[in-house]
Amino acid sequence: MNIPYTVEERPDTGLANGKLGIWLFLASEVMLFGALFSSYIILRHGSVEWPQGSLSVPLGAVNTVILISSSVTMVMAWASLKLHDFPKHRLYLIATFVLAGIFLVNKYFEYAEHLAHGEGPSHSTFLAIYFTLTGLHGLHIVGGMIVMLYFIGPGAKLWQRNPEQFTNRIEYTGLYWHFVDLVWIFLFPILYLL
Amino acid sequence: MHSDAASIKQSIRTYLMIGVALLVFTGITVAANLVHLPVHWAIVAALIIASIKASMVAMVFMHLSHEKQWIYGSLVLTAAFFIVLMSVPAFTGLDSIGTPVHVKKAAPAAAGHQGH
Repeated sequence: MNIPYTVEERPDTGLANGKLGIWLFLASEVMLFGALFSSYIILRHGSVEWPQGSLSVPLGAVNTVILISSSVTMVMAWASLKLHDFPKHRLYLIATFVLAGIFLVNKYFEYAEHLAHGEGPSHSTFLAIYFTLTGLHGLHIVGGMIVMLYFIGPGAKLWQRNPEQFTNRIEYTGLYWHFVDLVWIFLFPILYLL
Repeated sequence: MHSDAASIKQSIRTYLMIGVALLVFTGITVAANLVHLPVHWAIVAALIIASIKASMVAMVFMHLSHEKQWIYGSLVLTAAFFIVLMSVPAFTGLDSIGTPVHVKKAAPAAAGHQGH
């Protein structure tokens, strides 16, 4: 079966179906994280005391640099496909995957240190919202890595059969990845600095 | 949009510049934290810088600076609901459930009269 409008644009929307689909998905993601940000404000406003400086700012800043760099490599992976340079695309996509992995390793060390001191999510309101927000964000990183791994591996065969469709798929992956970066841009100051 | 190689190469330069700008803004965010501003100013500064960074990611990396109307339409709807969601904490001030009800004590004279 041939799925229509994977490459060519629909006459009514002016978009390929996948592009509108990923944007609608991202809209639902905005509401998901929005609800948690709203909960953060309520919890913080209602709490008698709020720990400041309990998280490692250097580690958080390093993770911000890693995610920003991964966003750059992701958009470069897509741009390389537009220039029909598949080897370069592959290199940038692998770099994005590795940077995502480093982010998770840093997060693991951060979590491990808290848990070693008995500071789990039930320890305080701050840690409850911290683990919820960063845990959900971490799951999104894992999701993005699975998709990238697919396009580094078996999904890359599509480039031979239908390069335009493959380029579109990488663009949608990129849109998701930039959103994950965007969420962290807000998470870093509200959890680590304020 | 990006039909020819020249425009893609131009875009790549923009991507790299935005990447550097994002790193610089991250440095500014951390530096502002070291200055030890009053809490409300620190919150305002951090959120303004985060919003600038988020706008750069959305406009340039996610190509929102030149998208189709359907995407802008869905995002306007999302923004409207997001504003409602962010207003929820303000509404909690109006919620009286769970707040203690202070009952006025009876006047001493009346209390004495009741005692007889």
